[in-house]
Amino acid sequence: MYDVVIIGAGVSGSSIARELSRYQVNVCVLEKEEDVCCGTSKANSGIVHAGYDAEPGSLMAKLNVQGNKMMESLSKELDFSFARTGSFVVCTEEENIPKLEALQKRGIKNGVENLQILGKEEALAMEPNLSEDTVAVLYAPTAGIVCPFGLNIAMAENAAVNGVSFFFDTKVETIERMRLAEHPGTSELSENEKAGFQIKTSRGTFEAKYIVNAAGVYADRFHNMVSEKKIKITPRKGEYFLLDKSAGKHVSRTIFALPGKYGKGVLVSQTVHGNLLVGPTATDLDDKEGNYTTADGLAEIREKSGNCVKNIPLRSVITSFAGLRAHEEGHEFLIGELEDVPGFIDCAGIESPGLTSAPAIGKMVAGILKEKMDLKEDPNFQGTRKGILDPSRLSLEEHNELIQKNPAYGNMICRCEMISEGEILDAIHRPLGAKSLDGIKRRTRAGMGRCQSGFCSPRTMEILSRELKVPMEELTKSGGGSKLITGHSKEIYQGEDAE
Amino acid sequence: MKTYDIVIIGGGPAGLAAAVSARKQGEESIVILERDKELGGILNQCIHNGFGLHTFQEELTGPEYAARFMKQVEELGIEYRLNTMVVEISSDKVVTAMSRRDGMYQIRAKALILAMGCRERARGALNIPGYRPAGIYSAGTAQRLVNKEGFMPGRKVVILGSGDIGLIMARRMTLEGAEVKVVAELMPYSGGLKRNIVQCLDDYDIPLKLSHTVIDIKGKERVEGIVLAEVDETNRPIPGTEEFYECDTLLLSVGLIPENELSAQMGIALSNVTSGPVVDESLETNLDGVFACGNVLHVHDLVDFVSEEAATAGKNAACYVKNERMKSGISIPIKAENGVRYTVPSRIDPERMEEKQIVRFRVGKVYKNCRICAFLDGEQIISRKRPVVAPGEMEQVILKKEWFEQPPECTDGSGHELIIRIEE
Repeated sequence: MYDVVIIGAGVSGSSIARELSRYQVNVCVLEKEEDVCCGTSKANSGIVHAGYDAEPGSLMAKLNVQGNKMMESLSKELDFSFARTGSFVVCTEEENIPKLEALQKRGIKNGVENLQILGKEEALAMEPNLSEDTVAVLYAPTAGIVCPFGLNIAMAENAAVNGVSFFFDTKVETIERMRLAEHPGTSELSENEKAGFQIKTSRGTFEAKYIVNAAGVYADRFHNMVSEKKIKITPRKGEYFLLDKSAGKHVSRTIFALPGKYGKGVLVSQTVHGNLLVGPTATDLDDKEGNYTTADGLAEIREKSGNCVKNIPLRSVITSFAGLRAHEEGHEFLIGELEDVPGFIDCAGIESPGLTSAPAIGKMVAGILKEKMDLKEDPNFQGTRKGILDPSRLSLEEHNELIQKNPAYGNMICRCEMISEGEILDAIHRPLGAKSLDGIKRRTRAGMGRCQSGFCSPRTMEILSRELKVPMEELTKSGGGSKLITGHSKEIYQGEDAE
Repeated sequence: MKTYDIVIIGGGPAGLAAAVSARKQGEESIVILERDKELGGILNQCIHNGFGLHTFQEELTGPEYAARFMKQVEELGIEYRLNTMVVEISSDKVVTAMSRRDGMYQIRAKALILAMGCRERARGALNIPGYRPAGIYSAGTAQRLVNKEGFMPGRKVVILGSGDIGLIMARRMTLEGAEVKVVAELMPYSGGLKRNIVQCLDDYDIPLKLSHTVIDIKGKERVEGIVLAEVDETNRPIPGTEEFYECDTLLLSVGLIPENELSAQMGIALSNVTSGPVVDESLETNLDGVFACGNVLHVHDLVDFVSEEAATAGKNAACYVKNERMKSGISIPIKAENGVRYTVPSRIDPERMEEKQIVRFRVGKVYKNCRICAFLDGEQIISRKRPVVAPGEMEQVILKKEWFEQPPECTDGSGHELIIRIEE
């Protein structure tokens, strides 16, 4: 029996797992996909919000500002990409300046530091590609950008190293309370908690004293399995364009549009890896797996992209994608133990600024469990982690030395992002290593560049097959049925040979 | 730091022909840097025939064609380094490269020949909506998987784009037992060679749907089908024309892009039309002593023309090293007008040009019963009748040096005016 079972290896689940791994407690994470970071966490804006958006006094506001403050030191401890680049909220209509000021006031109430309203001239001097229609901007220097995969993977890896077990391809089917008699040895628990939970999954049954429901767009499903007070999580789709690195310097901060007469705009931002990101849209769906892009969605981004930033080189789009926000009707994070189901802790409704808040969410949920179980710190906790080496940061001499020591770093696989076999081998063999092409891509960026894996995918597949000892025809793009090839050539002639 | 007279980036057909040509000019100090494990470039996966009709008056396969040049490179003792990735080139021609064997190192070039080839446009550039499942491949990636690795990327195939690689792969997949359901082309004409449409589609009864595109991709894990729709003159899908095709694979053959990231980094001016370097009659870029040839310069249909163009670049690079045939300082821009999208070269030096200077170009749409015309200082110097010209087939004109020997008649100092255009 586990002390804690966390459902979901997204950024929230992984953060909670990592925070819990500081203590002497038996934790596992159940994930329906083949890897961490496969749902909402993998397809979002990658923005570390300053924290002026959320309603003062809300949990969202509190965790946003906390998470923002934690991100920098966390990025150093766990070695993932983060940059405090700042953000603009752009106002293009004179009559909306009061709205901008209201936003600033709200930010100040939320504890956001150094918020300033800048005039057009000053704003354009800082961001020359800002729209000429700009009348004023709210400048938040504390905002930043983060690699969403990097953050998620780093926290999960660190949790795993500190003893948390991860079970992939493990889909939770039912959750039931167990009867008291089945667990006579749990007398130290309170009356309510004695029962524990039995979790049936696609890969066997798990038992837990506590459950953390960090299931993203599926959080309502698990909540509603155990609680009478129903919640509803609506998948709210956001579609994006990702542009080539040649367009990455078009803006140097994250540019948001102040909602105006044209509704909510799209953001334009440099990504932490130097691409340009434009999006998202917002469409409510019923389908929790509906992360497909649509012609209308992409047209909407194109149309809105120019509202606050001029001359975006949309010719340089290298890919488009869609993510699903886990939207809860009250637009608030639902974090805490359920009143009617002691031992079941929700971490639901984690939509923007969920990524920013993740470090604080982990702390908060671990704090709740620490108190309930009176957890003791684990003296063996290893709080730092080394990410995959980025040779582009090395000097020529250091890079040369690296290749001499490990020639795999001299074998270039992804020519667009300049990723060598060395990084790919590291991605496969480290804790919670990559098992699929997308797993490699999210860890190393191989295949994420301008050719979108045209050149490197056959070579990456070869390495995966060799290292994991899996035949090529079993390799997947992203687990499940996403097989990359359907068999061998000349198969149709083999029957003729036999005759 | 080791110095070579000529460093050639890329050991595909362009790099090989450039090296052979430079050596034949007496150039001793040459090195070819090739990122793959063998010379020959993309020809190694082009196992179909049809290569070399112009160069060797024979129909060779891609690997055979490459082998002819590789043999010459070996016989001439030209140095080459395999598995070598060029990471950076500085504007003063210092090349930073890496390989498993040699680590990270720099070499200096007196002259540089860019022959990096091109890459395929990916799905992202087309903004095709839908899921992002496994089973979407660029035609060239599929070609590598089938021809070099021996794997089948899928069994039921739809191909978007009628570029030559897509057409070749339609036939290849069919021969391997796959069912190629349809080839869809956004434009009202094919982007490939006529002979490939006949030999790769018509001969196998594979339908080619012009003015059609993929508007949705179904299947979350692996492709389960695509939706095709007809498009109007502005390339917008026409409602009501949607058709669902069940398939497990979508191959994309939607254009090739010269790979000029290294060139751009070192400060070479690129053309907005070709995405390749802007070059003069000697195939020299805006940087002195840096030449470009092959698909990195502009995308070709026939390897024969790549070899010919590369030989010119190789010869001129050798001249540059020997300080021969220096620039005269006069440079006549070639204006591409009325249907002519671009020209390579885009300017000529009347002193340095060959007796017969080839100028290659593509047209913007299909023209029937038209004339390819050139005008020098308002006077028609070329008028060649063509029953049909199409964007999928590269065209050329030949300029004679003697035409430029007279000084321009207009003496306002603006120099010669040279125009190439299509007249209907």
